[in-house]
Amino acid sequence: MEKTYNNRAWLLVIPVFVIVAFSAIIPLMTVVNYSVQDIFGPGQRFFVGAEWYKETLRDPRLHGAFLRQIAFSLTILAIEVPLGIAIALALPTRGWGVSASLVLLALPLLIPWNVVGTIWQIFARADIGLGGRLLAELGVDYNYARDPIDAWITVVVMDVWHWTPLVVLLCYSGLRAIPPAFYQAAQVDGASSWAVFRYIQLPKLTGVLTIAVLLRFMDSFLIYTEPFVLTGGGPGNATTFLSQFLATAAVGRFDLGPAAAFSIIYFLFILLFSWLFYTAIMRIQTGER
Amino acid sequence: MHPLEWMAWTWPTALFFLGIAAALIGMLAWELASPTVQRRGFLPISTTRGDRFFIGLLGSAFIHLAWIGVTDQSVWFALAVSLLWMATVMRFG
Amino acid sequence: MRLRSLALIFYFILLMLPIYWLLLMSLQTTDQILGGFKFFPEQPTLANFARILTDYSWYSGYLNSLSYVALNTIISLSVALPAAYAFSRYRFIGDKHMFFWLLSNRMAPPAVFLLPFFNLYSTIGLFDTPIAVALAHCLFNVPLAVWILEGFMSSVPREIDEMAYIDGYSFPHFFVRIFMPLIRSGIGVTAFFCFMFSWVELLLARTLTSVNAKPIVVTMTRTVSAAGMDWGLLAAAGVLTIVPGAIVIWFVRNYIAKGFALGRV
Repeated sequence: MEKTYNNRAWLLVIPVFVIVAFSAIIPLMTVVNYSVQDIFGPGQRFFVGAEWYKETLRDPRLHGAFLRQIAFSLTILAIEVPLGIAIALALPTRGWGVSASLVLLALPLLIPWNVVGTIWQIFARADIGLGGRLLAELGVDYNYARDPIDAWITVVVMDVWHWTPLVVLLCYSGLRAIPPAFYQAAQVDGASSWAVFRYIQLPKLTGVLTIAVLLRFMDSFLIYTEPFVLTGGGPGNATTFLSQFLATAAVGRFDLGPAAAFSIIYFLFILLFSWLFYTAIMRIQTGER
Repeated sequence: MHPLEWMAWTWPTALFFLGIAAALIGMLAWELASPTVQRRGFLPISTTRGDRFFIGLLGSAFIHLAWIGVTDQSVWFALAVSLLWMATVMRFG
Repeated sequence: MRLRSLALIFYFILLMLPIYWLLLMSLQTTDQILGGFKFFPEQPTLANFARILTDYSWYSGYLNSLSYVALNTIISLSVALPAAYAFSRYRFIGDKHMFFWLLSNRMAPPAVFLLPFFNLYSTIGLFDTPIAVALAHCLFNVPLAVWILEGFMSSVPREIDEMAYIDGYSFPHFFVRIFMPLIRSGIGVTAFFCFMFSWVELLLARTLTSVNAKPIVVTMTRTVSAAGMDWGLLAAAGVLTIVPGAIVIWFVRNYIAKGFALGRV
């Protein structure tokens, strides 16, 4: 049934608008103000125009953090999405196993992010952690605190551990929404299990997969806490991603102007990605109806 | 100290936000006067007037970033390019 | 088929192993942890838990966290309920743009808001109070709540609203007495997600508090690094932060995917 057109519905939206505007618009305007000035202290500030933007856009450290961020986000997507689909297909569809699986899967998602960092910090240590110890027993020279590649692998494995269950849960609920008649028809036609996946399950998963990719891509773009606890962005800058870079500049060094300019650039990219994904999701949803 | 000192307002940024606010109010008035129709232009999706306005603004922001990042010319040129882009999207998007 | 089950069991073992390891660490003293490598605790001790639950500087962290998380959940739900109803039932000027704007706030990096939040809440005198953190977390929890609730509300047939209006119910009466009971499970799930995302967040909570309202996630990062690594205590604090979520998962297990999908599944 079609929704009715009624502009009085705005009255119901106003509380949300006010509270989110307080937390989003006022701070965002402030960041824009900071980004065009050199601020030394209260009352001591000078308008510098686009100077900080120029400096930030040409900062090789930022380029490094940006490339690492893209590489990280694409890596975890390439691992988590196929793995998530595979696990969702393997999950039981009836019986006690369903509830048990769902609960176990949800567990990592509910752990505070710094505790996720702590868990892996302990788990990957060669002296007291099972993971680090196993690798050492196997003769692998592994130390996430010293070797950049080891640190990278650890951060990726941690993220895969932490967030693949989200992709699994979404795909699983997508799979459950497929009517049994589809499978019966496929059985009558003698379709192979690959054909069932390719022509029945995958098309039905498009919607949830878009959401999974959206959430994983965007959230990995904001990742801060887990690497902060695990590696502190190091060794060197090996695991310094965008949020880490920004938080260090803003709170660590208190460089208001450059941090603000960087914030605006960061935010614009997030806005662009959000919009692309949102448009895609809306097209899929209206297309299916 | 002025209570709004922490926000560190400057005239250029204040004018910028007033401009955005005025544009939004203008869009609202336009919508009330003659409601928009979804249509398909050179953009790969069908858009309403508000969608095109948003695409225009976001595009303008990135035009500015690219300009500042690549050239040393005045930002006013970027503004001119943006206005051209904005007009194109609103009319033909 | 058998291969598939084996692979699944293997995955679940890998999934649970790091959590088991945290639990194992929490049941030992630091001397035992550093003393030798073992897979099962030889003399399990609850000393770490006892210390956290009796030392004010530790358990106050839990109380602070719980207070801002509860506050945030209440605020988010009470403003999101009417708005979600508006989005699910009506078209109005700017509705799609408003909805997108809300989503973009769910996606926005908290790091961008660090500086202005710090200055904003210092200026209005809320710095280092649970209210500041609760309001700051509204930035992503209110949009999330609107999205999830909109999904649940859209699955309630619109005929029910019309019947109620024909029967002469006023909007507030209909909404509270008839509509809210219908989406009970949706409200429960939304509350759970608000609770959860506020509970797991560190960056804003750390920036907006210093002494009086210090949340547990911050207590963990600060106290431990200052006093040298007390692995057992750290692990015990970690285990205690998992407990609240773990208890509630059971009740929302069938809706958890819907919550994560922003109500879109």
